[in-house]
Amino acid sequence: MVNTTDALVRLDGVTFGYDGAPVLRDVSYAVEAGAFTGIVGPSGSGKTSLLRVLLGTVKPHHGSVSRRPGVAVSYVPQLETVNWNFPVTVAECVLMSRASKRLLPWATPQEKADVAAVLNRLGIADLGHRHIRELSGGQQQRMFIARALIRRPQLLLMDEPTSGVDVATRHEVLHLLGDLNRDGLAIVLTTHDLNGMAAHLPHLVALQQRIIASGTPQEVIVPAVLEQTFGARMDVLMHLGMPVVVDGNHVGALGVAG
Amino acid sequence: MSTWQTLLDPFQYQFFQKGLLAAVLAGALCGLIGVYVTLRGMSYIGHGLAHAIFGGFAAAPLIGINVVLGAGVWGLASALAINAVTRRRRIGADAAIGVVTTASFALGVALLSRFGNKGPSFDAALFGSINGVTRGDLILLVVALVFAVVVFTALYRAFLFTTFDPEVADVSGVPVARMDALLMLVLSLSILATLTIIGVTLVAATIVIPAVVARMLTDSFSRMLWLSSSIGAVCGGIGMYLSFQIEVPSGTTIVLTNTLVFLVVLALTGGRTLRRTARMDDHAEPRVAVAA
Repeated sequence: MVNTTDALVRLDGVTFGYDGAPVLRDVSYAVEAGAFTGIVGPSGSGKTSLLRVLLGTVKPHHGSVSRRPGVAVSYVPQLETVNWNFPVTVAECVLMSRASKRLLPWATPQEKADVAAVLNRLGIADLGHRHIRELSGGQQQRMFIARALIRRPQLLLMDEPTSGVDVATRHEVLHLLGDLNRDGLAIVLTTHDLNGMAAHLPHLVALQQRIIASGTPQEVIVPAVLEQTFGARMDVLMHLGMPVVVDGNHVGALGVAG
Repeated sequence: MSTWQTLLDPFQYQFFQKGLLAAVLAGALCGLIGVYVTLRGMSYIGHGLAHAIFGGFAAAPLIGINVVLGAGVWGLASALAINAVTRRRRIGADAAIGVVTTASFALGVALLSRFGNKGPSFDAALFGSINGVTRGDLILLVVALVFAVVVFTALYRAFLFTTFDPEVADVSGVPVARMDALLMLVLSLSILATLTIIGVTLVAATIVIPAVVARMLTDSFSRMLWLSSSIGAVCGGIGMYLSFQIEVPSGTTIVLTNTLVFLVVLALTGGRTLRRTARMDDHAEPRVAVAA
């Protein structure tokens, strides 16, 4: 049952799994308006399942999900799951998000204007007629964010937006998300890329089926939490006030204790 | 008889005119549905469904009901069962489809062998035939084509979204499960309508080849729909004409014409457009089966 809440979405004691094997256990978590949160954890820790529970595409076995009435949630999938040979242009892809509002093939003048505006907002205004295969990694991510934004959501959920992209693209995407968050959009993303997140996200949640820790990067990226989350010893250096995770085997060589 | 007279000779026969019209309509219909079938990775489902419908085709006359109605109900039930198995993935979809549809085909062959053929031609159902295209066959083809065009036009964006990215389509408010069921309905109706023109053993090729050729020629989804339908229609007409001239089943000549077009396009484009058909059926993982 979905209840209402002041938070955009709230999970209370949620347990969820596939074929009897739980991947989330007793998770309580609220996404507040204006949140900019990274869910960190290794593969199989339940990150994508947590997004799906927040989206409402799966129902928890136990616990409850509450949503603020009328809240619009958009979702950006992992780039690796997309068929980039599919015959669509960037503009056609962005317009897909209007499929539930208008079903006919051709776009209205208002829709064309909306697509142009959102592509312009994301800095890919001149790519509307390109085939999706012709985009760089950063442009692909921007296109999917555009598709999500054209629904005018209050909450954007993203699955591994920095997976499979180079360092420059990662910074580009995270800077863009920071700008969107400052404009009032709540964002929750999953990642296993700890170092990329600390400098950009004000709030992290460490997940290993249960929520291990939740707070600022300085509170979450600490050896005890990382060991519990990832199941291996990881050491943390402080660099310009930001925590940086290093492989435990290399700490001695750097002369810094974890 | 002059060469022109020989070439134009078939057109004086009413049965050929009907057969030609039926082949053009069937080709266009298969080409249209083929775009969705290939992009969704349902080619094997199309092939299996054609075989499943054959069971209903054989059984319907034996229990005294209309062939079209019997095969249609049988085909629709098979389509919905395949759709349910594919979505739930309790067992391998390919294995389930293989068992259900091949068993249905075997049942059809067994019934025909034991009780004899009491309905339309057995050979026509297997390989297609130029002969015996009735007014009823043409009406069924027109109904199936109009239905497919209306469905794919009226729900263009929803079908595009669910074909490209079913998970995000679902989140965005598109009723994905209902769209999948509707596509299976259109597919089963299309196979039923083309059964005696192309034949169950060959219909999958007429669904797949025009769409693959169209994909090689364009990067646009809407153009792919037009091109695939047009290629299917032209190949259907040429194939039917060749069927009359060289006296082989129409299904085989239609498929061979499609294959020739594929090879010509491949040769003309130097194979570089073949890259576009790679991962044509690659989807995001189904949302019910993936753990983080």
